[in-house]
Amino acid sequence: MKIKLNGEMLETDALTIHALVTARNQDPATLVVEHNHTLVRQTVWDHTRLQEGDTIELLSFVGGG
Amino acid sequence: MTDTLTLGNRQFFSRLLTGTGKFASNDLIGPMLAASGSEIITVALRRVDLNAPPRDNILTHIPDHVTLLPNTSGARTAKEAVRIARIAREAGCGDFIKIEVITDMQYLLPDNHETLKASETLAKEDFIVLPYVMPDITISRRLYDAGAAAVMPLGSPIGSNRGLEMKSMIQRIIDTSRIPVIVDAGIGRPSQAAEAMEMGADAVLVNTAIATAKDPVQAGRAFSLAVSAGRMAYQAGMAGPSHQARASSPLTGFLQE
Repeated sequence: MKIKLNGEMLETDALTIHALVTARNQDPATLVVEHNHTLVRQTVWDHTRLQEGDTIELLSFVGGG
Repeated sequence: MTDTLTLGNRQFFSRLLTGTGKFASNDLIGPMLAASGSEIITVALRRVDLNAPPRDNILTHIPDHVTLLPNTSGARTAKEAVRIARIAREAGCGDFIKIEVITDMQYLLPDNHETLKASETLAKEDFIVLPYVMPDITISRRLYDAGAAAVMPLGSPIGSNRGLEMKSMIQRIIDTSRIPVIVDAGIGRPSQAAEAMEMGADAVLVNTAIATAKDPVQAGRAFSLAVSAGRMAYQAGMAGPSHQARASSPLTGFLQE
């Protein structure tokens, strides 16, 4: 299935947000995830299913003034 | 009487706000906060670079008693700023938001028009809105009308260490504002922070000058002392300058004939 991840089209086998985060070797503790422009809390990543054409943003807090 | 800074429904003892940008190591942030006594610190939100090695989580360096002030840096429009603010709150960062909308990429000066629009929207959503703006009396008044918790005029461009280039306009905002005035951006030395506080600013926000000092922990302490000194001087009500000398000892000769 094709999704848009952080602005780029991606072919993925991941069926859930949790699987996608794991497949991309991201540390869940540092991540803020938007699924089709809605924030998805980490507690529900495991049962938030991905669908063809979904837009996912993986964000994190960084240093800034 | 305890001298506190009130922002929204919260009270703070420290009038020095700090930032998490540009530290050589994030491990310095905790000791800097301890040394400076700062109770509010900014963070930014960014897309993860999926090709870079995993990064340190900045939030783990900030103790629980310190209030997070996420900024909307990277936003070019009010709409983007509102989106960032909502994400930050949803992600558990609390109700404080520094609204920063920049369309001038040469000097990184804030876009007051978009900032006001974002402030209006977010104040209605019960955020504690701290907007970073070009010093302007009218925008200051409109931000008050919009429900902002403070107004944050810049001293000089971000990271420039040029101090209070906007001094006269900041003074006018201090003289007229009905909400706290926090001088944000460009403060490069403790003496400049003290100067802002002597003028009657309610607080200052310092990031670059602390983070890029050789010893950020010591710099944090120095800024803390300067802010306290400036605040005390303001409260003491210092006399103004005079062209004429005014003798501080009696003008009679030592031994009068």
